[in-house]
Amino acid sequence: MTRPLIAVLDYGIGNLRSAQKSLERMGADARLTADTGLIADASGVVLPGVGAFGPCMAALRDTGLDEQARTAAADGRPFLGICIGLQLLYEGSEEAPGVAGLGILPGTVQLLSGNVKRPQMQWNRLEVRTPSPLLEGLDHSWLYFVHSYAAPMADNVAALCDYGGPVAAVVGDGNVWATQFHPEKSARPGLRLLENFVNQARTAAVRA
Amino acid sequence: MSTTATVPSNARIIPCLDVDEGRVVKGVNFVDLTDAGDPVELAARYDQQGADEVVFLDITASSDQRETTLELVHRTAEEVFIPFTIGGGIRTVDDARRLLRAGADKVSVNTAAVNRPELVAEIADEFGSQCAVASIDARRTNGGSFPFEIFTHGGRAPTGIDAIEYAIRVAELGAGEILLTSMDRDGTRDGFDLELTRAVVDVTNVPVIASGGVGTLDHLVEGVLEGKADAVLAASIFHFGEHTVAEAKLHMAAAGIPIRPADA
Repeated sequence: MTRPLIAVLDYGIGNLRSAQKSLERMGADARLTADTGLIADASGVVLPGVGAFGPCMAALRDTGLDEQARTAAADGRPFLGICIGLQLLYEGSEEAPGVAGLGILPGTVQLLSGNVKRPQMQWNRLEVRTPSPLLEGLDHSWLYFVHSYAAPMADNVAALCDYGGPVAAVVGDGNVWATQFHPEKSARPGLRLLENFVNQARTAAVRA
Repeated sequence: MSTTATVPSNARIIPCLDVDEGRVVKGVNFVDLTDAGDPVELAARYDQQGADEVVFLDITASSDQRETTLELVHRTAEEVFIPFTIGGGIRTVDDARRLLRAGADKVSVNTAAVNRPELVAEIADEFGSQCAVASIDARRTNGGSFPFEIFTHGGRAPTGIDAIEYAIRVAELGAGEILLTSMDRDGTRDGFDLELTRAVVDVTNVPVIASGGVGTLDHLVEGVLEGKADAVLAASIFHFGEHTVAEAKLHMAAAGIPIRPADA
């Protein structure tokens, strides 16, 4: 099988390397990169991340990766945001009032509500609402979450977890998907999701 | 700040490996390991057993060996697909950045943060609270003006600092998690200091990892049900092959604790 080129957007904050290594493990030619040409050639694009909304968005702008991300999402290639990479897809976040997000998805990221510890830092069980190829084999799996903010509830929430109430765990449709949990840190089920994504990128590469 | 959380977390089991110059310090007794001294192989084994996270405590004395530690983190990120924390000798934001860039998920700060708690805020502001772990080594004062005192330098150096006040402080500064070790219990196998654990849980609203003293699987259960810890850390009961992480999880689940099954 071919190893599809997947660009893991490198905006320089925190542990982005684990995402790259786990995609490699699941059959991708994954590159941690900020190179425009390489990103343009990639069959799939991943916006990984850990950290706070404000500094991460600033780093995306400073590296020009904000435009790269918008372009990749708009041109129909498989796109996967991870954790803060999910939150950055929205128009903004309560974590950083006044800071514009990528605006690829509508709405504002909100502080986790209810009488819960913040961050949610634990493994939690996934409940799939809308089956899709990306979530194949994932229903009722346990995945690793670490976050204090979450995507707004909307029709594009494809899977949930329960943390003092329903919390968006996977959002997306079409070619743009994102997970609040860290698939690269979620043992076998996490690797399964990344394998599903790599397969989508491989299919896209054949079509292109 | 007082805790308001009413929804219990799913508990986590965290094996801890002491590492010196890239090698596991305490003997580890798995029969079929290629290299029982290789922390990466051990961490991968714990990942397979269903461990929820792994902690490396780097006790390398010389800062000349920093590259060895980075190499360890680098290799771990390629082989281990659960979160891992590295602690030991982290004094600056740059120290933290190097380890996170190499593939660590969290950095645990101890002595340097006791000396200068702002370090916790600096790391949290730069990389996010989720990767800033404040490690607290505490002993009972047995009748002092406060109940628990912070010790540094592997539990040898008293500081005169109230451990509970310090826990409140680092949580306010942005620590995403507190790794709380009872130096009275560490190595005793007598169980966690549950009063210490509970005291810190009750005054903070971030996850607390109980550490120090685990000798039986019941101790893990006590840490969660009585100590109210979010996670339990243990070393010897796993390293010496007495129990697997999977056994520990079954035992905790049987006690009614919500936890990810080992075979999930």
